[in-house]
Amino acid sequence: MAEKPLIKLINICKEYANEEVVTKVLFDINLELQKGEFVAIMGPSGSGKSTLMHIMGFLEKPTSGEYYYKGKKISDLTEDELAGIRNQEVGFIFQAFNLLQRTSVYDNVRLPLVYSDKNIGDEAVEKAIKSVGLYHRKDNLSNQLSGGEKQRVAIARSLVNQPEIIFADEPTGNLDSKSGKQIMEILQSLNEEGKTIVLVTHEKYTAEHARRIIKIIDGKIVDDFKVKHQLLAKNENDLTK
Amino acid sequence: MDFKTSIRIAFSGLKSKKTRTFLTMLGIIIGVASVIIIISVGAGAQSLILNQVRGFGTDLIAIFPGASEEKGPPPSVFGTVNTSLKNEDIDALLDERNAPHVLAVTYYVQGTGTMAWRNNQLDGTFVATTASYVDVHERRVAIGRFFNEDEEKNMARVAVLGHNVKKELFEELDPLGQTIKIKKQQFKVIGIMPELGVQGFQNQDNLVLIPITTGQKLLLGIDHVSLARVKIDSNENVDRAIEDIGAILRDRHNLRAGEFDDFSIRAQTQSMEIFSSITNSLTYFLAAIAAISLLVGGIGIMNIMLINITERTREIGLCKAIGAKNKNILNQFLFETIALTLSGGILGVFVGVFFSWLVSFVARYMGFDWDFIISILAIGLSCSIAILVGLVFGIYPAYKASKLNPIEALQYE
Ligand SMILES: Nc1ncnc2c1ncn2[C@@H]1O[C@H](COP(=O)(O)OP(=O)(O)OP(=O)(O)O)[C@@H](O)[C@H]1O
Ligand SMILES: [Mg+2]
Repeated sequence: MAEKPLIKLINICKEYANEEVVTKVLFDINLELQKGEFVAIMGPSGSGKSTLMHIMGFLEKPTSGEYYYKGKKISDLTEDELAGIRNQEVGFIFQAFNLLQRTSVYDNVRLPLVYSDKNIGDEAVEKAIKSVGLYHRKDNLSNQLSGGEKQRVAIARSLVNQPEIIFADEPTGNLDSKSGKQIMEILQSLNEEGKTIVLVTHEKYTAEHARRIIKIIDGKIVDDFKVKHQLLAKNENDLTK
Repeated sequence: MDFKTSIRIAFSGLKSKKTRTFLTMLGIIIGVASVIIIISVGAGAQSLILNQVRGFGTDLIAIFPGASEEKGPPPSVFGTVNTSLKNEDIDALLDERNAPHVLAVTYYVQGTGTMAWRNNQLDGTFVATTASYVDVHERRVAIGRFFNEDEEKNMARVAVLGHNVKKELFEELDPLGQTIKIKKQQFKVIGIMPELGVQGFQNQDNLVLIPITTGQKLLLGIDHVSLARVKIDSNENVDRAIEDIGAILRDRHNLRAGEFDDFSIRAQTQSMEIFSSITNSLTYFLAAIAAISLLVGGIGIMNIMLINITERTREIGLCKAIGAKNKNILNQFLFETIALTLSGGILGVFVGVFFSWLVSFVARYMGFDWDFIISILAIGLSCSIAILVGLVFGIYPAYKASKLNPIEALQYE
């Protein structure tokens, strides 16, 4: 069965205009993503990776071009509808964790449910916390956690609404290699379960944990290929133990 | 987003900055407390005045010399001396045919002077009045007797002492039959009044009562009265009695139709209304001024909310990124502002009630007949104003927060 692509970008351009200069960040991006893929967007700093992820994640609108999500034209949707999609179908993991200060792990993970119309019970919160292995710390405040733990809380938060697709922007960028591998292991196992994952990174090594790599340089896609030998974080973690 | 969560988030936001929250609320606390205190003290002062007037009896009608506006105060209030009322004018009111509702009349002049007995002396007030004084005011002497009509008419030098005057001059000794001096004139003490306290704005215990003619001719050298009181048979006949009294006095003063009265008649109930309306308007005026401080408090709150929002920009960005709609953010901050002003309002109510109680406690302790009155209206009104202030001054910061771009907010340093 030929499914519609989950995400289809056609000639996406993005420019930022302030008083004096217009910065062109993305040039004619054409891209298709299928459900269940694990894609790494790789490129040097300033190449437009985050910008592309924000557009795919409904956080920003492209300057021109069309974005189809599950066949729906995104430019037709209102701000509130986009907020609804972000809440229901998307999970975000940011480089800078972005947890609520002085708030428990539990409440941080529960936050998306606060804005949800779906009737998801609080069991989902516990399940999400368990899946990142932080159940024993669920009542700790966010500022009492290590960097790796914070990022795992961020992952749990991105999972709680059972999203279609998870966007992770440099999720391991602020972590040591051991914590980084733990994060990658969780992302890989989520992908095994069928979740679509978009990972932004500038490291080749991290990118090779994905199944497909899209390279961008100066706002253009320069390469797009399947990973021949996907690195499995699970095995690496076994070795480091 | 459900209501309960909004409230929880709002309060956790406020709790995290306790000192700042409290200082911000202070404006509202003080504003609400002052409104409540002013309205309560106003009502207390009014009760004090009304209790005074009521203490004189509501079935009394007062007659002042001189004309006055219909509802305005009598001219004597402004210090003018008017000699238009004479003893005979008032005696003439005891006229069963032309004034059937009049039961008794009394009239007075008043003066000050030195009262002395042996080596004890004090500067006091004497009230020269009629023998009917005790009937009109429904009072009894405690010891001895009051002067009678003969003594009243014949300039008898007799005196009835107020409770405190007796104590000052005689201490524990028996004053009956003793001779005291009032303005250097000799008077025989024939009676002592019981302890009466403050009534009609005068401490009755500090007065010496003497016969009217004695006071007029011997001590003051005048032949007019400064005030008269008429007791009528029933409250319902007040208007009728006032008309009758007016007619008799106009007749006696030979006033033709079209000429104004040269006297003023007031029912006690009427003066109660005047006092109430004066104290009410004063109270509401002051309360309105206090309410302005709520406005100032509101500006302080807006300021703090803007600072809060700047500090929490990243948090707002995060919430929007994970699906908060503009109205969720708007509601959340509006809730927070209202939670702030409402908590301030409730604390203000407690502070206000406490201080109002303190004022009434002190006033009562000092012997005033002061009622502790807290109006539910004042509480409801000031809390509503507090919420309104929260709404008005919270809407701009909340709107600003809701319009933040999620990515810019997330990247805010
Ligand atoms: N709001 C903005 N206004 C102007 N220019 C912007 C804005 N946001 C991003 N840019 C520019 O767009 C370019 C791409 O930014 P982007 O954040 O997508 O890069 P990136 O590939 O994620 O880099 P990094 O690896 O450092 O995160 C940069 O040159 C940046 O300066
Ligand atoms: Mg980036």
